[in-house]
Amino acid sequence: MARIDRPVSRRQAWWLLAGAVATCLPLAPQFPLWLALAAAAALSWRAALTWRQWHLPPRWLLVMLVIAGTAGVFLQYRTTLGRTPGVALLVIFLALKLLELRTARDAVATALLCYFLILGQFLFTQTIPTALLACLTLLITTAALLAASDDRPEPQQQLRRAGLMLAQALPFMLLLFVLFPRVQGPLWGIPQDRFSAVSGLSDTMSPGSIAQLSQSDAIAFRVKFKGETPPQSQLYWRGPVMPSFDGRNWRVTQTLGAYAEVPYTGLGAPVDYEVTLEPHGKFWLFALELPATLPAESALTSDYQPVARQAVRNRLRYTQRAWPEAIAGINEARNLLGAAVELPKDGNPRIRAISAAWRAQHGDDSAAILAAAENFFSRQLLIYTLNPPLLGADMVDEFLFDTRRGFCEHFAAAFVFALRAAGVPARVVAGYQGGEVNPVDGYLVVRQYDAHAWAEAWIAGRGWVRVDPTAISAPSRISGNLADAVPAGEALPFLARGDLAWLRELRYRLDAVSNGWNQWVLGYNPQRQRDLLASLGLNEPDWRNMTAILSVLCGAVMLGLTAWILRNRLRVDPALAAWRRFTARLARRGIAWQPWEGPQAFAERAARQAPMHAAAIGEIAALYARVRYGPAPQAGELIRLKARISAFRP
Amino acid sequence: MRLPELDAILADINRIILGKERPVRLSLACLLARGHLLIEDLPGVGKTTLAHVLARVLGLDFQRIQFTSDMLPADVLGVSIFDRDSGAFHFHPGPIFTQVVLADEINRATPKAQSALLEAMEERQVTTEGKTRALPEPFFVIATQNPTHQIGTFPLPESQLDRFLLKVELGYPDAAAERELLAGADRRQMVAALVPRIAPQQLLELQERVRAVHASPALIDYVQILAAHTRTAPHWQAGLSPRACLGLLAVARAWALLDGRDHVLPEDVQAVLPGIIGHRLRPMDDTARTDPHGVAAALIEAVPLP
Repeated sequence: MARIDRPVSRRQAWWLLAGAVATCLPLAPQFPLWLALAAAAALSWRAALTWRQWHLPPRWLLVMLVIAGTAGVFLQYRTTLGRTPGVALLVIFLALKLLELRTARDAVATALLCYFLILGQFLFTQTIPTALLACLTLLITTAALLAASDDRPEPQQQLRRAGLMLAQALPFMLLLFVLFPRVQGPLWGIPQDRFSAVSGLSDTMSPGSIAQLSQSDAIAFRVKFKGETPPQSQLYWRGPVMPSFDGRNWRVTQTLGAYAEVPYTGLGAPVDYEVTLEPHGKFWLFALELPATLPAESALTSDYQPVARQAVRNRLRYTQRAWPEAIAGINEARNLLGAAVELPKDGNPRIRAISAAWRAQHGDDSAAILAAAENFFSRQLLIYTLNPPLLGADMVDEFLFDTRRGFCEHFAAAFVFALRAAGVPARVVAGYQGGEVNPVDGYLVVRQYDAHAWAEAWIAGRGWVRVDPTAISAPSRISGNLADAVPAGEALPFLARGDLAWLRELRYRLDAVSNGWNQWVLGYNPQRQRDLLASLGLNEPDWRNMTAILSVLCGAVMLGLTAWILRNRLRVDPALAAWRRFTARLARRGIAWQPWEGPQAFAERAARQAPMHAAAIGEIAALYARVRYGPAPQAGELIRLKARISAFRP
Repeated sequence: MRLPELDAILADINRIILGKERPVRLSLACLLARGHLLIEDLPGVGKTTLAHVLARVLGLDFQRIQFTSDMLPADVLGVSIFDRDSGAFHFHPGPIFTQVVLADEINRATPKAQSALLEAMEERQVTTEGKTRALPEPFFVIATQNPTHQIGTFPLPESQLDRFLLKVELGYPDAAAERELLAGADRRQMVAALVPRIAPQQLLELQERVRAVHASPALIDYVQILAAHTRTAPHWQAGLSPRACLGLLAVARAWALLDGRDHVLPEDVQAVLPGIIGHRLRPMDDTARTDPHGVAAALIEAVPLP
């Protein structure tokens, strides 16, 4: 082992600089400009010193720079703890550490700091490109660490060595990843700011709020159905239910955790599926109507919406069961029904008048009123569009009678308003409708532009009934997709468009890869681990037998690698192997071959000791000498040698 | 297949040098490998006779230089003498200008005279008075020396010893051989009666054949690990040099040819090893006089065949 205090060579300095630059570069976008520039300046300074072979800065200057850097980070973030300030501090320390790179000890410390900062990248993003970039950085840093102990090889050779070492470490990494006992949730708390700008449904709905979402092709969640995917028209993903209306906005009312189990029963066959929900920063969990089971750590609100105990800040996976047909809320509580007919005192007189006429005609027959309302909506010839005109104070009236153009929230809001005005309990349900099956991996992908709003009416004897007023005017929105429903020429998100087939195909593939990464790498949680181990025949894994399996497998991989290396190093000449068999046979007869003995010398001695085999021994030894030491080895001779030795029975 | 001319040469020598088949064979192998030979032993065991016989049967010119403590380089290399008739200096070649030089009792000469000979051995040419003269081809030096602990000797330094490819020791003959010697004819007459078995051109051809003897990778591995062992083992002051390894391989090739083979076996290496290491490996304990055969045997047994 080389001495730890030997000076760092120029080449080693270049290597470590390369490692530090590769480590810091991907982190740069996370920091304010002054910090990125300061780190770049320190690295460039070191590069100049290496180039010119000048002396490193004195220690007092470095101490001052460290103090200045720490102060700068503190002033920027008001703390030196936490994710961004901590990583920023480490970046500054790494850049300054290079300026005091004097001995091999410093070189190793620098390389280890680089390794740590590579991990730091994952505190910010965990996507596939980040992982690929981290692999590249890892390779350069490993080469730098190798160069710290031996800087003679050329850069290419150094990189190849580093690559080989990392490749040898790969089986261990996979084993540790699969088998190391998992903890629930991320290893370190990801701060809140990560989801500050996430788009998605909110707990209020006003005209235009969902139309806004229709411009986003971000993924809301992915669904894997256990059996057949239900028809598109049944894919109503129930989200926030909004029973409260103030004249402009529909709101969620706080009824968290009303039920621990579903208070209704389904009809017909249930549908089983698994949702992988992208983080959206809210509490609700999306479920196919109507949810038959509840995910872990969640409860059902009084309006049948599953909500989690904690806001969804990490990608969440849960299995669910749904009843496409269910009777719910026949004996709904009075206060809920009362709340579901509340309207502001005034406004929208025209629709109020029509609703009053229905009420007068049908009385308490809510089913008849509902039919009348549906009939009315279909006769109004409303147009489904992504660009509805702005509405004034009496927005329901304006929509139904003047502009007649709206997006799903206009339809749902107007329909519920009309029913309430006629005394029928009704509420707005927001969520997603439909989704798109990725043919590559079979996942149903629901994107933000699938956001939708529909109505629920309470009919005596039938309970809550889903009515989708959008479907009345634009049935293709429900049976097909957004592009089918809106008039041609309207601006749609790229992925919602019907043309550009090749782009969609590409996007399907990328999305399948990204989904696989989410499902199996980022989403490899204790549950996934248990399932995987169970499918491998290991039931009830606890950390003890997992550790045991882990050590056994790591040992096996280690042995395998060692055997592979030894095999390459000690590849035995087939002639020598045959000769060893021959000498082993003679050794059993008491004629031991000395490892330093040449074939002829041994043959002479063996022939003296076993005269009856003298001829065979002499022939074998002569053959062996010719095959192993003679010029132009002939295949026939080797085969003959092997045959003679096989036939030799002393 | 064995070469009849080589067998005849060996038979001729063995008729005169009785009971010394192995040193005789080593000496011939040394010459076939184009190396210079050092014969070390007590006075009167037949060193000079061996050298003489070798020259005769190989059909080579032969000169003998008796080294003494008052010898000068000019006595070896030659000297320019003023010729009154022509009015110019004429070079009178010394005894070294011949195909076989017998340098008798080389360690009795001063280092100055020794180095004159040894330079000629290495360069195969002689430079005197600013003029370079090539030595004949083939050119062998067969040197004899008395054991260095005897009185009146100047031991050769390692660097010069290394120029001798092989060192052989003759030793006393066994009783039967000695009796035959005593009862037999006069050795000097027998040497004089010898006829050359080959022409000098044939000798050059034989040397070429030695170089063509195949040394397989496995055998070269063996030479390498033998040398590596001498370099790492604690018994010796220094290990075998690359030149020594080349020499070992060359002599082993010649040994294989003498055995009638076209490839070298580990046995060949082992057989010639004592002659290679005897004058090269100096034990850590400088005063200990070690038998090269014993040292070689220990070395061989310490290194398994690859």
